[in-house]
Amino acid sequence: MTKFMFRTFATTLAVGASLLATQALAKSDITIAMQLEPPHLDPTSAAAQAIDSVVYTNIFEGLTRFMGDGSVVPGLAESWEISDDGTVYTFKLRDGVTFHDGTTMDAEDVKFTLDRATAEDSANAQKALFAGIESVEALDPLTVKVTLSEPNGNFPFNLAWGDAVIVAPDSIENIKTNPIGTGAFSFDNWVQGDSITLNRNPNYWGDQPALETATFKFISDPTAAFAAMMAEDVDVFDNFPAPENLPQFDADPRFQVLVGTTEGETILSTNNKQSPFDDILVRQAVAHAIDRQAIIDGAMFGYGTPIGTHFAPHHPAYVDLTGESAYDPEQAKALLAEAGFENGFETTLHLPPPSYARRGGEIVAAQLAEVGITAEIINVEWAQWLESVFRGKDFGLTIVSHTEPMDIGIYARPDYYFQYESTDFQALMDTLNATTDPDERSRLLGEAQRLISTDYVNGYLFQLAKLGVAKAGVQGLWANAPTAAIDLTQISWSE
Amino acid sequence: MLRYALKRLISLLISLAVASVVIFAVIEVAPGDPASFMLGVNAQEDTLAALRAELGLDGSKMQRYLNWVGGMLVGDFGTSYTYRTPVSQMIADRLWVSLPLALYALTLSTVIAFPAGIYAAARRGKPGDLVVMGSTQLGIAVPNFWFAMMLVLIFAINLRWFNAGGFVGWSNGMWAGLHSLTLPAIALALPQAAILARVMRSALLDILGEDFMRTARAKGLSRRQALWRHGVRNALIPVLTIIGLQFSFLLAGSIIIEQVFYLPGLGRLVFQAISARDLIVVESVVMLLVFAVITVNFLVDLAYAAVDPRLRSRT
Repeated sequence: MTKFMFRTFATTLAVGASLLATQALAKSDITIAMQLEPPHLDPTSAAAQAIDSVVYTNIFEGLTRFMGDGSVVPGLAESWEISDDGTVYTFKLRDGVTFHDGTTMDAEDVKFTLDRATAEDSANAQKALFAGIESVEALDPLTVKVTLSEPNGNFPFNLAWGDAVIVAPDSIENIKTNPIGTGAFSFDNWVQGDSITLNRNPNYWGDQPALETATFKFISDPTAAFAAMMAEDVDVFDNFPAPENLPQFDADPRFQVLVGTTEGETILSTNNKQSPFDDILVRQAVAHAIDRQAIIDGAMFGYGTPIGTHFAPHHPAYVDLTGESAYDPEQAKALLAEAGFENGFETTLHLPPPSYARRGGEIVAAQLAEVGITAEIINVEWAQWLESVFRGKDFGLTIVSHTEPMDIGIYARPDYYFQYESTDFQALMDTLNATTDPDERSRLLGEAQRLISTDYVNGYLFQLAKLGVAKAGVQGLWANAPTAAIDLTQISWSE
Repeated sequence: MLRYALKRLISLLISLAVASVVIFAVIEVAPGDPASFMLGVNAQEDTLAALRAELGLDGSKMQRYLNWVGGMLVGDFGTSYTYRTPVSQMIADRLWVSLPLALYALTLSTVIAFPAGIYAAARRGKPGDLVVMGSTQLGIAVPNFWFAMMLVLIFAINLRWFNAGGFVGWSNGMWAGLHSLTLPAIALALPQAAILARVMRSALLDILGEDFMRTARAKGLSRRQALWRHGVRNALIPVLTIIGLQFSFLLAGSIIIEQVFYLPGLGRLVFQAISARDLIVVESVVMLLVFAVITVNFLVDLAYAAVDPRLRSRT
């Protein structure tokens, strides 16, 4: 009897222990797949979005940061004051923030970061974000004074970009392979071509994240992406490359599909200086020749929001101007005739690799052919696109998604590749930059949207959707992509 | 034998020199500036110039060619533009995936092809032969990435015996490593095995008609003994040629399979480097592959001489 009791006791203990073990082992690791591998891990010296996806808010933090809904909130800066004339920002830094190597983050690091970004030999891909900075002073270890040459209502927004994260002077030499930041996760290992692993930073100044380790895996082939998800090799696919497979995931209880928006305005970019697109009637004809919904359905399997101007529909200041360029092939033909092109004309359509461009381009070319415009499709790689289209401006039409947040300002740059030159628009942007009142800013932004819409600068197609797939138990993922980021700090597994 | 080897060696060196010029010229001529690719659409002119200087892209083409070749001669393959790590290090890392994969696939292909080819030759015209020949026809016709997708569908998604892709790394033990290379190796091996089996069969059939085979039978060997002792050995020459070609193909040509199984191998490195305009990586890897192919051919030439003494005296 005693023996029996002992055995029962032992079994109970064992069962209890294993239960406890399961409790303690509640999943705290995650494998997140993304399509592109970062070239290196320094977000302050490259444009690759894959870098930000891995490091933004995880390894590196800036003075301010984006939240999943696109709002900008304090990051390493606890608060800031703006002088009355709008040119001096005094940032109060958080106390007790350390880098992963144990050194303290202070005002000198902020000064170093901003000076490095604005320096003569700076390799910052978004140097324009810092263009107005005249001087940076460390008043005391936790106070930084930034003086701008002119007021810039967007300054806290600019500092939230991945290109403006705070870096330590000592870590710069090896930052590309061994990034050292202040974030809730520290860099662990990179198997190039395969994966990057991050570990929880136990000394993080903020709330401890639920995850202990996170692995980013790089799967570029859409078929392989589908297989990896289906075989449950990966827990999350950040931006799933094959929209045609989403209904299948949606119907499978093992998975959840997250459809959100990005900052990517997908446009039929038009060379405003090349004949015949220098004629507004021709551009207007092109705009009316395009059936946006057909492109969204055909190229993106229905995912995407039609836009009538270069502005994100989820932004509060967005104005729906799709009516200005409604699908109307008859009107397009009439406009072409009015411009002197009764028999149409020939042009080129350069298509970079993403499927929105390659698939969308086929449909656009067919729609243009309906009204008599022959667009010769030229498929190009990104490097070629940058060289011949973007820098060489040797194109008629091209399809590209402009993924930078709040980038309507590019229309004020006459040397920008679509070469729109409007003094009205430039004046409007100058006024906007000098304005800090939110309501007035919204009004000016609305006016700007209307101006480029009715000048038919480009064909405005749709806002690129963000299509995430994840296992059903994963919580806290960003559905939207206000910037390229996979914020690990909020992610957890449900029971 | 020595003279033969020396002659082969000289032709190897000339091929390498010509290849280096062609590779450099072709890759440099293609449009696309690595610096502007890395810095994207908002980069300013001064930033681009700074990066180009940092990468050493501001020298003349001739100078860069000489730097590149000179570096390779002393084992320095340069530094990747995008990853900023030494190219030799990257290649070494990737070879640890690609080389075992190629060897694994080659072993599988040989293990399948030899018995199949010999069996078919021994049963020429009989149902067994027809079955083998029919399946090899199929094996040649079906592209390997389709095999790959079918394997993933069956063994990874449905049966869950393997991961759908990826490589766990040799640090997790040899078995784990081989396990994660199994599906890709099979996908690579099947079409190769089909080709090899057909070559084996037709080479054997040619040999079986030779006089010395009749002599072998006449001196009292059974069919089977004659086939194994004299037939297979003589059929090895064409088979070795094919194996040599296949090895080069498996090493250099697994780009698609590495994409389908997202393996961090050489093929994927080249693929990524081409789209990122990481010219130095593309040039060095392609050069290395050319080197590997030429060397394998050189070794195969030597192996002929070993298998067939007539080749030695002829030169």
